[in-house]
Amino acid sequence: MRLALREVLLAVRRAPLLSALGVITIAFSLFAFGLFGLVAINIRDALRQVESRVEIRAFIADATPIEAIVTAVGDIGEFPEVAHVDYVSPDSALARARRELGEFADVFEAGVLPGSIEIRLKQDFRDPRSVKMIAARVGSYSFVDDVRYGEDWVAKLYQIRTIATIVGVVLGLAFAIVAVIIIGTTIRMAVLARAREIGIMRLVGATDAFVRLPFLIDGFVKGVLGGFLALGLTWLASSLIDRALGFQTVFFSTGFAALGVLGGALIGLAGSAISVGRQLRRV
Amino acid sequence: MIRLTHVTKEYARTGRALDDVSLHVAKGEFVFLTGPSGSGKSTLLKLIFMEERPTLGEVRVSGINSATLHRGDVAQLRRKLGVVFQDFRLLDDRTAHANVAFALEVTGAAEPSVPAKVSRLLMQVGLASKGLAYPQELSGGEQQRVAIARALVNDPFVLIADEPTGNLDDRATRGVFQLLREINAAGTAVVMATHNLELLRRSEYRTIDMLHGRIVSDTADPSAAERAAARIVEDDETARFPGDAGPKGQTSAAARSRTTA
Repeated sequence: MRLALREVLLAVRRAPLLSALGVITIAFSLFAFGLFGLVAINIRDALRQVESRVEIRAFIADATPIEAIVTAVGDIGEFPEVAHVDYVSPDSALARARRELGEFADVFEAGVLPGSIEIRLKQDFRDPRSVKMIAARVGSYSFVDDVRYGEDWVAKLYQIRTIATIVGVVLGLAFAIVAVIIIGTTIRMAVLARAREIGIMRLVGATDAFVRLPFLIDGFVKGVLGGFLALGLTWLASSLIDRALGFQTVFFSTGFAALGVLGGALIGLAGSAISVGRQLRRV
Repeated sequence: MIRLTHVTKEYARTGRALDDVSLHVAKGEFVFLTGPSGSGKSTLLKLIFMEERPTLGEVRVSGINSATLHRGDVAQLRRKLGVVFQDFRLLDDRTAHANVAFALEVTGAAEPSVPAKVSRLLMQVGLASKGLAYPQELSGGEQQRVAIARALVNDPFVLIADEPTGNLDDRATRGVFQLLREINAAGTAVVMATHNLELLRRSEYRTIDMLHGRIVSDTADPSAAERAAARIVEDDETARFPGDAGPKGQTSAAARSRTTA
Protein backbone atom coordinates (compact mmCIF):
# COMPACT_ATOMS: atom_id res chain seq x y z
CA MET A 1 0.00 0.00 0.00
CA ARG A 2 2.85 2.38 0.85
CA LEU A 3 4.40 1.67 -2.52
CA ALA A 4 1.04 2.25 -4.25
CA LEU A 5 0.63 5.61 -2.49
CA ARG A 6 4.15 6.56 -3.55
CA GLU A 7 3.25 5.71 -7.14
CA VAL A 8 0.14 7.91 -6.92
CA LEU A 9 2.15 10.84 -5.58
CA LEU A 10 4.79 10.31 -8.26
CA ALA A 11 2.10 10.40 -10.95
CA VAL A 12 0.68 13.64 -9.53
CA ARG A 13 4.14 15.19 -9.26
CA ARG A 14 5.01 14.16 -12.81
CA ALA A 15 1.84 15.56 -14.37
CA PRO A 16 0.20 17.96 -11.89
CA LEU A 17 -1.79 19.72 -14.60
CA LEU A 18 -3.24 16.47 -15.91
CA SER A 19 -4.20 15.43 -12.38
CA ALA A 20 -5.79 18.81 -11.67
CA LEU A 21 -7.65 18.70 -14.98
CA GLY A 22 -8.91 15.24 -14.08
CA VAL A 23 -10.33 16.50 -10.78
CA ILE A 24 -11.84 19.59 -12.45
CA THR A 25 -13.45 17.52 -15.23
CA ILE A 26 -14.98 15.17 -12.69
CA ALA A 27 -16.11 18.17 -10.62
CA PHE A 28 -17.82 19.93 -13.53
CA SER A 29 -19.49 16.73 -14.75
CA LEU A 30 -20.89 16.15 -11.26
CA PHE A 31 -21.69 19.87 -10.93
CA ALA A 32 -23.91 19.70 -14.05
CA PHE A 33 -25.60 16.65 -12.58
CA GLY A 34 -25.85 18.41 -9.21
CA LEU A 35 -27.49 21.48 -10.76
CA PHE A 36 -30.03 19.27 -12.44
CA GLY A 37 -30.61 17.51 -9.12
CA LEU A 38 -31.10 20.85 -7.41
CA VAL A 39 -33.72 21.91 -9.97
CA ALA A 40 -35.41 18.51 -9.67
CA ILE A 41 -35.67 18.54 -5.89
CA ASN A 42 -36.97 22.12 -5.90
CA ILE A 43 -39.66 21.26 -8.47
CA ARG A 44 -40.56 18.20 -6.42
CA ASP A 45 -40.74 20.34 -3.27
CA ALA A 46 -42.94 22.93 -4.99
CA LEU A 47 -45.28 20.22 -6.27
CA ARG A 48 -45.48 18.70 -2.79
CA GLN A 49 -46.46 22.05 -1.36
CA VAL A 50 -49.21 22.40 -3.96
CA GLU A 51 -50.30 18.80 -3.41
CA SER A 52 -50.54 19.37 0.33
CA ARG A 53 -53.48 21.66 -0.50
CA VAL A 54 -55.48 18.77 -1.93
CA GLU A 55 -58.51 18.76 0.32
CA ILE A 56 -61.88 17.02 0.41
CA ARG A 57 -64.72 19.12 1.73
CA ALA A 58 -67.97 17.43 2.74
CA PHE A 59 -70.90 19.85 3.19
CA ILE A 60 -73.26 18.89 5.96
CA ALA A 61 -77.01 19.14 5.83
CA ASP A 62 -78.71 21.68 8.09
CA ALA A 63 -79.92 20.44 11.45
CA THR A 64 -77.53 17.51 11.55
CA PRO A 65 -76.97 16.66 15.22
CA ILE A 66 -73.47 17.61 16.36
CA GLU A 67 -73.02 14.12 17.92
CA ALA A 68 -73.39 12.52 14.48
CA ILE A 69 -70.88 14.93 13.02
CA VAL A 70 -68.37 14.32 15.84
CA THR A 71 -68.72 10.57 15.39
CA ALA A 72 -68.21 10.91 11.63
CA VAL A 73 -65.15 13.12 12.14
CA GLY A 74 -63.74 10.46 14.48
CA ASP A 75 -64.44 7.70 11.95
CA ILE A 76 -62.93 9.61 9.03
CA GLY A 77 -59.85 10.42 11.10
CA GLU A 78 -59.28 6.67 11.40
CA PHE A 79 -59.10 6.22 7.60
CA PRO A 80 -55.50 5.17 6.79
CA GLU A 81 -55.36 7.68 3.93
CA VAL A 82 -56.38 10.66 6.07
CA ALA A 83 -53.72 12.97 7.52
CA HIS A 84 -56.01 15.49 9.16
CA VAL A 85 -59.75 15.99 9.55
CA ASP A 86 -61.55 18.98 10.89
CA TYR A 87 -65.17 20.08 11.42
CA VAL A 88 -65.93 23.64 10.31
CA SER A 89 -69.18 24.87 11.79
CA PRO A 90 -71.42 27.35 9.85
CA ASP A 91 -70.24 30.15 12.16
CA SER A 92 -66.57 29.30 11.62
CA ALA A 93 -67.16 29.11 7.87
CA LEU A 94 -68.77 32.55 7.91
CA ALA A 95 -65.94 34.03 9.97
CA ARG A 96 -63.35 32.52 7.63
CA ALA A 97 -65.18 33.79 4.52
CA ARG A 98 -65.37 37.28 5.93
CA ARG A 99 -61.68 37.17 6.84
CA GLU A 100 -60.57 35.84 3.45
CA LEU A 101 -62.78 38.00 1.25
CA GLY A 102 -62.02 41.32 2.98
CA GLU A 103 -64.02 44.09 1.24
CA PHE A 104 -66.86 41.68 0.30
CA ALA A 105 -67.24 40.59 3.92
CA ASP A 106 -70.62 42.31 4.25
CA VAL A 107 -72.15 40.16 1.53
CA PHE A 108 -72.33 37.19 3.86
CA GLU A 109 -74.98 36.84 6.47
CA ALA A 110 -75.31 34.37 9.27
CA GLY A 111 -76.68 31.00 8.18
CA VAL A 112 -75.68 31.39 4.54
CA LEU A 113 -72.76 28.97 4.66
CA PRO A 114 -73.24 25.32 5.63
CA GLY A 115 -71.05 23.44 8.07
CA SER A 116 -68.44 21.13 6.55
CA ILE A 117 -65.89 18.44 7.28
CA GLU A 118 -62.46 19.24 5.80
CA ILE A 119 -60.17 16.33 5.08
CA ARG A 120 -56.48 16.48 4.18
CA LEU A 121 -54.80 13.38 2.84
CA LYS A 122 -51.45 11.79 3.44
CA GLN A 123 -48.78 12.37 0.79
CA ASP A 124 -49.16 8.99 -0.93
CA PHE A 125 -52.95 9.29 -1.30
CA ARG A 126 -53.28 12.53 -3.21
CA ASP A 127 -53.69 10.93 -6.63
CA PRO A 128 -57.06 11.32 -8.41
CA ARG A 129 -58.11 7.70 -7.82
CA SER A 130 -57.49 7.76 -4.06
CA VAL A 131 -59.06 11.19 -3.66
CA LYS A 132 -62.19 10.11 -5.58
CA MET A 133 -62.49 6.89 -3.56
CA ILE A 134 -62.21 8.69 -0.19
CA ALA A 135 -64.64 11.39 -1.36
CA ALA A 136 -67.14 8.67 -2.22
CA ARG A 137 -66.75 7.08 1.21
CA VAL A 138 -67.25 10.42 2.93
CA GLY A 139 -70.24 11.16 0.68
CA SER A 140 -71.94 7.98 1.86
CA TYR A 141 -72.80 9.55 5.21
CA SER A 142 -76.50 10.32 5.16
CA PHE A 143 -76.07 13.86 6.47
CA VAL A 144 -73.54 14.82 3.78
CA ASP A 145 -75.23 16.97 1.14
CA ASP A 146 -72.31 17.40 -1.20
CA VAL A 147 -68.61 16.50 -1.49
CA ARG A 148 -66.11 18.68 -3.38
CA TYR A 149 -62.41 18.24 -3.98
CA GLY A 150 -61.63 19.99 -7.27
CA GLU A 151 -61.59 16.84 -9.39
CA ASP A 152 -60.12 18.52 -12.50
CA TRP A 153 -57.46 20.34 -10.52
CA VAL A 154 -56.34 17.15 -8.77
CA ALA A 155 -56.17 15.30 -12.10
CA LYS A 156 -54.09 18.07 -13.71
CA LEU A 157 -51.78 18.31 -10.73
CA TYR A 158 -51.25 14.57 -10.80
CA GLN A 159 -50.53 14.74 -14.54
CA ILE A 160 -47.94 17.49 -14.00
CA ARG A 161 -46.30 15.47 -11.26
CA THR A 162 -46.16 12.36 -13.47
CA ILE A 163 -44.65 14.31 -16.38
CA ALA A 164 -42.15 16.00 -14.02
CA THR A 165 -41.15 12.61 -12.64
CA ILE A 166 -40.65 11.04 -16.10
CA VAL A 167 -38.75 14.05 -17.42
CA GLY A 168 -36.70 14.09 -14.23
CA VAL A 169 -35.76 10.43 -14.50
CA VAL A 170 -34.92 10.65 -18.22
CA LEU A 171 -32.90 13.86 -17.88
CA GLY A 172 -31.28 12.59 -14.70
CA LEU A 173 -30.22 9.41 -16.45
CA ALA A 174 -28.92 11.38 -19.43
CA PHE A 175 -26.93 13.70 -17.15
CA ALA A 176 -25.60 10.73 -15.19
CA ILE A 177 -24.57 8.88 -18.37
CA VAL A 178 -22.86 11.97 -19.77
CA ALA A 179 -21.06 12.47 -16.44
CA VAL A 180 -19.92 8.83 -16.40
CA ILE A 181 -18.72 9.04 -20.03
CA ILE A 182 -16.79 12.29 -19.43
CA ILE A 183 -15.25 11.06 -16.20
CA GLY A 184 -14.48 7.67 -17.76
CA THR A 185 -12.77 9.33 -20.73
CA THR A 186 -10.75 11.62 -18.47
CA ILE A 187 -9.52 8.67 -16.44
CA ARG A 188 -8.85 6.66 -19.59
CA MET A 189 -6.65 9.49 -20.89
CA ALA A 190 -4.75 9.54 -17.60
CA VAL A 191 -4.22 5.77 -17.84
CA LEU A 192 -3.17 5.99 -21.50
CA ALA A 193 -0.64 8.67 -20.57
CA ARG A 194 0.93 6.03 -18.35
CA ALA A 195 0.58 3.10 -20.75
CA ARG A 196 4.35 2.83 -21.18
CA GLU A 197 4.79 2.74 -17.42
CA ILE A 198 2.20 -0.03 -17.14
CA GLY A 199 4.07 -2.01 -19.81
CA ILE A 200 7.34 -1.60 -17.92
CA MET A 201 5.68 -2.62 -14.63
CA ARG A 202 4.42 -5.82 -16.24
CA LEU A 203 7.79 -6.41 -17.88
CA VAL A 204 9.61 -6.45 -14.55
CA GLY A 205 7.11 -8.85 -13.02
CA ALA A 206 4.47 -6.66 -11.38
CA THR A 207 1.21 -8.49 -10.81
CA ASP A 208 -2.04 -7.08 -12.15
CA ALA A 209 -3.08 -6.16 -8.61
CA PHE A 210 0.16 -4.27 -8.05
CA VAL A 211 -0.27 -2.30 -11.28
CA ARG A 212 -3.95 -1.68 -10.62
CA LEU A 213 -3.81 -0.43 -7.01
CA PRO A 214 -2.18 3.00 -7.62
CA PHE A 215 -4.67 3.67 -10.42
CA LEU A 216 -7.60 2.70 -8.22
CA ILE A 217 -6.39 4.99 -5.44
CA ASP A 218 -5.83 7.75 -7.98
CA GLY A 219 -9.35 7.34 -9.43
CA PHE A 220 -10.94 7.18 -5.98
CA VAL A 221 -9.14 10.28 -4.70
CA LYS A 222 -9.92 12.24 -7.87
CA GLY A 223 -13.56 11.16 -7.60
CA VAL A 224 -13.80 12.28 -3.96
CA LEU A 225 -12.05 15.61 -4.64
CA GLY A 226 -14.18 16.15 -7.74
CA GLY A 227 -17.29 15.28 -5.73
CA PHE A 228 -16.48 17.80 -2.98
CA LEU A 229 -15.62 20.47 -5.55
CA ALA A 230 -18.92 19.79 -7.35
CA LEU A 231 -20.80 20.01 -4.05
CA GLY A 232 -19.15 23.34 -3.29
CA LEU A 233 -19.98 24.69 -6.75
CA THR A 234 -23.59 23.51 -6.45
CA TRP A 235 -23.93 25.15 -3.03
CA LEU A 236 -22.46 28.37 -4.44
CA ALA A 237 -24.88 28.27 -7.38
CA SER A 238 -27.79 27.62 -5.01
CA SER A 239 -26.78 30.58 -2.81
CA LEU A 240 -26.49 32.88 -5.83
CA ILE A 241 -29.93 31.79 -7.08
CA ASP A 242 -31.42 32.37 -3.59
CA ARG A 243 -29.94 35.84 -3.53
CA ALA A 244 -31.08 36.66 -7.06
CA LEU A 245 -34.64 35.35 -6.59
CA GLY A 246 -35.00 36.50 -3.02
CA PHE A 247 -36.26 33.23 -1.56
CA GLN A 248 -34.84 30.11 -0.02
CA THR A 249 -34.50 27.18 -2.41
CA VAL A 250 -34.15 23.64 -1.14
CA PHE A 251 -30.57 22.27 -1.02
CA PHE A 252 -29.47 18.65 -0.81
CA SER A 253 -29.74 16.96 2.55
CA THR A 254 -26.45 15.91 4.18
CA GLY A 255 -27.14 12.29 3.28
CA PHE A 256 -27.85 13.14 -0.35
CA ALA A 257 -24.73 15.32 -0.58
CA ALA A 258 -22.64 12.49 0.90
CA LEU A 259 -24.21 10.13 -1.64
CA GLY A 260 -23.14 12.53 -4.44
CA VAL A 261 -19.52 12.58 -3.24
CA LEU A 262 -19.59 8.79 -2.82
CA GLY A 263 -21.01 8.52 -6.35
CA GLY A 264 -18.07 10.59 -7.66
CA ALA A 265 -15.66 8.34 -5.79
CA LEU A 266 -17.29 5.20 -7.18
CA ILE A 267 -17.28 6.54 -10.74
CA GLY A 268 -13.59 7.41 -10.33
CA LEU A 269 -12.87 3.97 -8.91
CA ALA A 270 -14.87 2.09 -11.54
CA GLY A 271 -13.47 4.25 -14.37
CA SER A 272 -9.93 3.52 -13.23
CA ALA A 273 -10.60 -0.19 -12.77
CA ILE A 274 -12.05 -0.51 -16.28
CA SER A 275 -9.39 1.64 -17.98
CA VAL A 276 -6.41 0.01 -16.32
CA GLY A 277 -7.99 -3.42 -16.84
CA ARG A 278 -8.25 -2.74 -20.57
CA GLN A 279 -4.66 -1.54 -20.64
CA LEU A 280 -3.44 -4.58 -18.72
CA ARG A 281 -5.05 -6.92 -21.21
CA ARG A 282 -2.77 -5.42 -23.87
CA VAL A 283 0.49 -6.08 -22.05
CA MET B 1 15.19 -24.51 -19.32
CA ILE B 2 13.70 -22.95 -22.47
CA ARG B 3 12.07 -25.26 -24.96
CA LEU B 4 9.99 -24.40 -28.00
CA THR B 5 8.29 -27.35 -29.68
CA HIS B 6 6.86 -26.92 -33.19
CA VAL B 7 5.88 -23.34 -32.46
CA THR B 8 3.93 -21.36 -35.01
CA LYS B 9 2.81 -17.81 -34.36
CA GLU B 10 0.34 -16.05 -36.60
CA TYR B 11 -0.97 -12.53 -36.31
CA ALA B 12 -4.39 -11.66 -37.63
CA ARG B 13 -3.14 -8.72 -39.68
CA THR B 14 0.41 -9.54 -40.65
CA GLY B 15 0.20 -13.30 -41.01
CA ARG B 16 2.72 -15.90 -39.96
CA ALA B 17 5.64 -14.59 -37.90
CA LEU B 18 7.02 -17.96 -36.79
CA ASP B 19 6.67 -21.20 -38.67
CA ASP B 20 7.14 -24.55 -36.90
CA VAL B 21 10.10 -23.50 -34.79
CA SER B 22 11.66 -25.95 -32.34
CA LEU B 23 14.46 -24.88 -30.08
CA HIS B 24 16.12 -25.69 -26.78
CA VAL B 25 18.26 -23.33 -24.74
CA ALA B 26 20.19 -24.94 -21.91
CA LYS B 27 21.06 -23.48 -18.54
CA GLY B 28 23.94 -21.00 -18.69
CA GLU B 29 24.05 -20.94 -22.49
CA PHE B 30 24.73 -17.83 -24.59
CA VAL B 31 22.66 -17.84 -27.76
CA PHE B 32 22.61 -15.32 -30.56
CA LEU B 33 19.45 -14.99 -32.61
CA THR B 34 20.15 -13.40 -35.92
CA GLY B 35 18.48 -12.77 -39.21
CA PRO B 36 17.03 -9.86 -41.18
CA SER B 37 14.22 -7.65 -39.94
CA GLY B 38 10.93 -9.51 -39.97
CA SER B 39 12.58 -12.90 -39.66
CA GLY B 40 10.82 -13.60 -36.35
CA LYS B 41 13.56 -12.92 -33.79
CA SER B 42 11.54 -10.52 -31.65
CA THR B 43 8.44 -12.72 -31.86
CA LEU B 44 10.49 -15.66 -30.66
CA LEU B 45 11.76 -13.62 -27.70
CA LYS B 46 8.25 -12.40 -26.90
CA LEU B 47 7.13 -16.01 -26.78
CA ILE B 48 9.93 -16.78 -24.32
CA PHE B 49 8.95 -14.04 -21.90
CA MET B 50 5.30 -14.86 -22.59
CA GLU B 51 4.23 -11.52 -23.99
CA GLU B 52 2.76 -13.58 -26.80
CA ARG B 53 1.36 -17.09 -26.89
CA PRO B 54 1.96 -19.48 -29.76
CA THR B 55 -0.78 -20.16 -32.27
CA LEU B 56 0.42 -23.75 -32.52
CA GLY B 57 2.97 -25.69 -30.52
CA GLU B 58 4.23 -25.20 -27.04
CA VAL B 59 6.68 -22.96 -25.22
CA ARG B 60 8.12 -24.12 -21.90
CA VAL B 61 10.19 -21.75 -19.81
CA SER B 62 11.40 -22.79 -16.38
CA GLY B 63 8.51 -25.20 -15.94
CA ILE B 64 5.85 -22.76 -17.14
CA ASN B 65 3.98 -24.05 -20.15
CA SER B 66 2.36 -21.65 -22.62
CA ALA B 67 -0.49 -24.13 -23.16
CA THR B 68 -1.57 -24.01 -19.52
CA LEU B 69 -0.44 -20.49 -18.76
CA HIS B 70 -2.46 -18.37 -16.33
CA ARG B 71 -2.16 -14.60 -16.25
CA GLY B 72 -0.64 -14.70 -12.78
CA ASP B 73 2.10 -17.05 -14.04
CA VAL B 74 3.41 -14.34 -16.38
CA ALA B 75 4.32 -12.04 -13.48
CA GLN B 76 6.01 -14.91 -11.66
CA LEU B 77 7.94 -15.91 -14.79
CA ARG B 78 9.14 -12.38 -15.48
CA ARG B 79 10.61 -12.19 -12.00
CA LYS B 80 12.77 -15.15 -12.95
CA LEU B 81 14.00 -13.76 -16.24
CA GLY B 82 15.35 -10.39 -17.24
CA VAL B 83 14.46 -8.56 -20.44
CA VAL B 84 16.25 -5.69 -22.16
CA PHE B 85 15.26 -3.89 -25.34
CA GLN B 86 16.82 -1.68 -27.95
CA ASP B 87 14.83 1.31 -26.61
CA PHE B 88 15.84 0.64 -22.96
CA ARG B 89 12.29 1.13 -21.58
CA LEU B 90 13.33 3.03 -18.48
CA LEU B 91 10.96 5.16 -16.41
CA ASP B 92 12.00 8.70 -17.30
CA ASP B 93 10.83 10.29 -14.05
CA ARG B 94 13.02 8.07 -11.88
CA THR B 95 16.71 7.98 -11.28
CA ALA B 96 18.86 5.07 -12.44
CA HIS B 97 18.81 3.78 -8.86
CA ALA B 98 15.00 4.08 -8.64
CA ASN B 99 14.56 2.33 -11.99
CA VAL B 100 16.54 -0.67 -10.81
CA ALA B 101 14.95 -0.62 -7.35
CA PHE B 102 11.48 -0.58 -8.89
CA ALA B 103 11.96 -4.04 -10.40
CA LEU B 104 12.88 -5.31 -6.97
CA GLU B 105 10.04 -3.51 -5.18
CA VAL B 106 7.31 -4.95 -7.40
CA THR B 107 8.31 -8.41 -6.21
CA GLY B 108 7.68 -7.36 -2.62
CA ALA B 109 11.36 -7.54 -1.67
CA ALA B 110 12.21 -6.54 1.90
CA GLU B 111 12.78 -2.77 1.82
CA PRO B 112 16.03 -2.62 3.79
CA SER B 113 17.73 -4.96 1.33
CA VAL B 114 16.83 -2.92 -1.76
CA PRO B 115 19.36 -0.01 -1.71
CA ALA B 116 22.38 -2.23 -1.13
CA LYS B 117 21.42 -4.67 -3.85
CA VAL B 118 20.71 -1.89 -6.34
CA SER B 119 24.02 -0.18 -5.57
CA ARG B 120 25.87 -3.48 -6.03
CA LEU B 121 24.22 -4.00 -9.42
CA LEU B 122 24.92 -0.47 -10.58
CA MET B 123 28.53 -1.06 -9.63
CA GLN B 124 28.50 -4.33 -11.58
CA VAL B 125 27.32 -2.58 -14.73
CA GLY B 126 29.82 0.25 -14.23
CA LEU B 127 27.40 2.95 -13.14
CA ALA B 128 28.21 3.23 -9.44
CA SER B 129 28.52 7.01 -9.70
CA LYS B 130 25.39 7.50 -11.85
CA GLY B 131 22.73 6.19 -9.49
CA LEU B 132 21.14 9.59 -8.99
CA ALA B 133 21.08 10.45 -12.69
CA TYR B 134 17.82 10.43 -14.62
CA PRO B 135 17.70 8.46 -17.91
CA GLN B 136 17.81 11.61 -20.03
CA GLU B 137 21.06 12.57 -18.29
CA LEU B 138 22.71 9.32 -19.36
CA SER B 139 24.19 8.25 -22.69
CA GLY B 140 22.55 5.44 -24.69
CA GLY B 141 25.14 2.94 -23.49
CA GLU B 142 24.62 3.99 -19.89
CA GLN B 143 20.85 3.75 -20.23
CA GLN B 144 21.22 0.24 -21.58
CA ARG B 145 23.44 -0.63 -18.62
CA VAL B 146 20.71 0.61 -16.27
CA ALA B 147 18.21 -1.55 -18.15
CA ILE B 148 20.58 -4.53 -17.79
CA ALA B 149 20.99 -3.84 -14.07
CA ARG B 150 17.21 -3.75 -13.76
CA ALA B 151 16.92 -7.01 -15.65
CA LEU B 152 19.45 -8.64 -13.33
CA VAL B 153 18.09 -7.35 -10.04
CA ASN B 154 15.93 -10.41 -9.38
CA ASP B 155 18.78 -12.84 -10.16
CA PRO B 156 17.23 -14.23 -13.34
CA PHE B 157 18.21 -17.58 -14.81
CA VAL B 158 18.13 -16.06 -18.29
CA LEU B 159 18.56 -12.61 -19.76
CA ILE B 160 16.53 -11.95 -22.90
CA ALA B 161 18.01 -9.15 -24.97
CA ASP B 162 16.21 -7.87 -28.04
CA GLU B 163 18.71 -5.86 -30.13
CA PRO B 164 20.28 -4.38 -26.97
CA THR B 165 23.02 -2.68 -29.01
CA GLY B 166 20.78 -1.52 -31.82
CA ASN B 167 20.82 2.12 -30.68
CA LEU B 168 24.43 2.23 -29.54
CA ASP B 169 27.68 3.31 -31.16
CA ASP B 170 30.54 0.83 -31.58
CA ARG B 171 32.24 1.64 -28.35
CA ALA B 172 29.03 1.40 -26.30
CA THR B 173 28.13 -1.78 -28.18
CA ARG B 174 31.41 -3.39 -27.20
CA GLY B 175 30.91 -2.31 -23.59
CA VAL B 176 27.38 -3.71 -23.39
CA PHE B 177 28.40 -6.94 -25.09
CA GLN B 178 31.31 -7.38 -22.70
CA LEU B 179 28.88 -6.87 -19.82
CA LEU B 180 26.56 -9.54 -21.23
CA ARG B 181 29.52 -11.93 -21.53
CA GLU B 182 30.39 -11.33 -17.89
CA ILE B 183 26.78 -11.92 -16.86
CA ASN B 184 26.81 -15.16 -18.82
CA ALA B 185 30.15 -16.18 -17.30
CA ALA B 186 28.54 -15.75 -13.89
CA GLY B 187 25.98 -18.43 -14.82
CA THR B 188 23.03 -16.53 -16.31
CA ALA B 189 21.92 -17.73 -19.73
CA VAL B 190 21.67 -15.02 -22.38
CA VAL B 191 19.46 -15.09 -25.46
CA MET B 192 20.30 -12.08 -27.59
CA ALA B 193 18.75 -11.01 -30.86
CA THR B 194 21.10 -8.93 -32.96
CA HIS B 195 21.81 -7.63 -36.43
CA ASN B 196 25.38 -6.88 -35.53
CA LEU B 197 27.53 -9.12 -37.74
CA GLU B 198 30.70 -7.83 -36.10
CA LEU B 199 29.58 -9.21 -32.75
CA LEU B 200 28.69 -12.57 -34.30
CA ARG B 201 32.04 -12.78 -36.08
CA ARG B 202 34.01 -12.03 -32.93
CA SER B 203 32.22 -14.48 -30.64
CA GLU B 204 32.21 -18.23 -30.36
CA TYR B 205 28.65 -18.51 -29.04
CA ARG B 206 25.84 -20.56 -30.47
CA THR B 207 24.14 -18.70 -33.28
CA ILE B 208 20.64 -19.35 -34.56
CA ASP B 209 19.91 -17.83 -37.95
CA MET B 210 16.31 -17.07 -38.80
CA LEU B 211 14.54 -16.20 -42.01
CA HIS B 212 10.84 -15.68 -42.65
CA GLY B 213 9.86 -17.15 -39.32
CA ARG B 214 12.01 -20.26 -39.60
CA ILE B 215 15.31 -21.39 -38.14
CA VAL B 216 17.56 -21.85 -41.15
CA SER B 217 20.72 -22.67 -39.24
CA ASP B 218 21.80 -23.38 -35.71
CA THR B 219 25.46 -23.81 -34.90
CA ALA B 220 24.56 -26.15 -32.04
CA ASP B 221 22.30 -28.28 -34.23
CA PRO B 222 23.67 -28.86 -37.76
CA SER B 223 20.59 -30.96 -38.59
CA ALA B 224 18.54 -27.76 -38.39
CA ALA B 225 20.06 -26.63 -41.69
CA GLU B 226 19.20 -29.99 -43.27
CA ARG B 227 15.62 -29.80 -42.02
CA ALA B 228 15.34 -26.26 -43.34
CA ALA B 229 16.68 -27.36 -46.72
CA ALA B 230 14.18 -30.26 -46.84
CA ARG B 231 11.34 -27.89 -46.14
CA ILE B 232 12.57 -25.54 -48.83
CA VAL B 233 12.29 -28.41 -51.33
CA GLU B 234 8.75 -29.09 -50.08
CA ASP B 235 7.89 -25.42 -50.52
CA ASP B 236 9.30 -25.43 -54.03
CA GLU B 237 7.12 -28.41 -54.86
CA THR B 238 4.11 -26.59 -53.55
CA ALA B 239 5.05 -23.47 -55.45
CA ARG B 240 4.77 -25.28 -58.77
CA PHE B 241 1.00 -25.26 -58.47
CA PRO B 242 -0.74 -22.12 -59.67
CA GLY B 243 -1.62 -19.70 -56.90
CA ASP B 244 1.03 -21.07 -54.51
CA ALA B 245 3.95 -19.23 -56.03
CA GLY B 246 5.11 -15.86 -54.80
CA PRO B 247 6.47 -15.01 -51.40
CA LYS B 248 6.98 -18.64 -50.39
CA GLY B 249 9.05 -19.34 -53.48
CA GLN B 250 11.12 -16.26 -52.78
CA THR B 251 11.53 -17.36 -49.20
CA SER B 252 12.82 -20.72 -50.33
CA ALA B 253 15.34 -19.25 -52.68
CA ALA B 254 16.66 -16.87 -50.07
CA ALA B 255 16.73 -19.58 -47.43
CA ARG B 256 18.54 -22.02 -49.72
CA SER B 257 21.25 -19.54 -50.46
CA ARG B 258 21.73 -18.98 -46.74
CA THR B 259 21.66 -22.63 -45.71
CA THR B 260 23.97 -23.77 -48.41
CA ALA B 261 26.41 -20.92 -47.85
